[in-house]
Amino acid sequence: MNRILLVLLLVVIHAPVAARGTGDLGLVIERASGSVQIVETSGNTSIGRIEGLGDLSHASVVYSRDERYAYVFGRDGGLTKIDILNNEICRRRLQSGNSIGGAISQDGRLVAVSNYEPGGVKVFDADSLDLVADIPATWGAAQQRSKVIGLVDAPGHRFVFSLWDAGEIWVLDLSDRAQPLIEKFGEVGRNPYDALITGDGRYYIAGLFGEDGMAMLDLWNLKSGVTRILPGYGRGEQKLPVYKMPHLEGWAVAGGFAFVPAVGRHEVLVIDMRNWREAGRIPVQGQPVFVMARPDGRQVWVNFALPENDTIQVIDTQTLDIVKQLKPGKGVLHMEFEPRGEEVWLSVRDENRIEVYDTRSFERKAVIPAIRPSGIFFTARAHRIGL
Amino acid sequence: MIRSAWLALSLLAAVPLTAGDVIPGTRQGELVELLIQDCGSCHGLQMKGGLGPALLPASLHGKSAEYLSAVILNGRPGSAMPAWNGLLSPDEARWIAERLLQPDLP
Repeated sequence: MNRILLVLLLVVIHAPVAARGTGDLGLVIERASGSVQIVETSGNTSIGRIEGLGDLSHASVVYSRDERYAYVFGRDGGLTKIDILNNEICRRRLQSGNSIGGAISQDGRLVAVSNYEPGGVKVFDADSLDLVADIPATWGAAQQRSKVIGLVDAPGHRFVFSLWDAGEIWVLDLSDRAQPLIEKFGEVGRNPYDALITGDGRYYIAGLFGEDGMAMLDLWNLKSGVTRILPGYGRGEQKLPVYKMPHLEGWAVAGGFAFVPAVGRHEVLVIDMRNWREAGRIPVQGQPVFVMARPDGRQVWVNFALPENDTIQVIDTQTLDIVKQLKPGKGVLHMEFEPRGEEVWLSVRDENRIEVYDTRSFERKAVIPAIRPSGIFFTARAHRIGL
Repeated sequence: MIRSAWLALSLLAAVPLTAGDVIPGTRQGELVELLIQDCGSCHGLQMKGGLGPALLPASLHGKSAEYLSAVILNGRPGSAMPAWNGLLSPDEARWIAERLLQPDLP
């Protein structure tokens, strides 16, 4: 009898969740309450919430290649591995005092975190979260430590990142876990603030806060070093006060042109990717923060820093005209397109809600309550280089 | 003598003792939101630092409210700290500076 009970109990404990895929799932960061919501994009609903993730300001997420596990990078150095099918935290460790995002390796076996304090990159086993490599970002004669930003994965078991204080770009090769190799590129420009890698994994481009322009590294030709693109796009004019740092993650490529936010200007810059020269600039109504292309590249959606952070503008990439302006509410912090782009999710922080829009009709399709939502991350990122 | 003391006292009473006296309650709520959510983007939602330095009372030890409000209003050229004088009045900056130094102020 007892044995039967025990078996029954085990069955209950190990009862599998109802079978479902994860390709339509995602996480929404609730930055102030240290929680995340698990959401699904087939019916546009919330299906769970996980709490206890610490300070999630500027938190971001990467996914395991099976799209079952999410790695959440918190501000307070917390690295949390979540099972989004079972709605639970698998592992969590405080790996630094202050961090700013991370990346997952090409083979999905390593997770890297970029840290402000102490400045550097730590690499963990994606399964156990055990430490694999600790790379302090030391620079200069005094061997100070720099804050690290713009960490991305790159083909060839590599991670690439930039040093805010040092103005350097480092390429970390982890082909052999026991022997990490680092190649450093110095004097790339003052205060790189964020970076992107093209979808093919070839070009790493860091935006510069301390001067006009961007620093580009061709990962197929490391020997040619870092080249400067868009030098002097501000034409020496005084830039506006930057109330929120622009982001380059989720940058926009459409029809051979790249669209990036100008720092301290009410402009989106257009780059011709054949020669990496400026091909134009689009006046927008505020300082852009995220400039993101719909997956088919036909539209680019832009959100803004204070005080215009209640507005979204949509650019048609054929005409470069602004074809739509939306006012979802105060504090539109982030956007995430559904994998094929028919709908886009917006987090409206000060209104405590997520809004879902049809990207053709611009009709609002759903509203999902959320506590101070910021980043939205869908599982389709699992199979994209640099996300 | 007594008369001049009274005069001094009455003058003092006419000057607001803290910036809080001149900021309406609804605006105070907005300033708290701004401090946590927008300053927090760089300084951390718990003011423990990020791209910008920590703004906890212990980290600000020795700095006056005047100094902090000047930094808020004018920014720090050469750093990522912007001048907030386009969005905040001197009284509002002062009000925020006082709360950074003494988070338990009303």
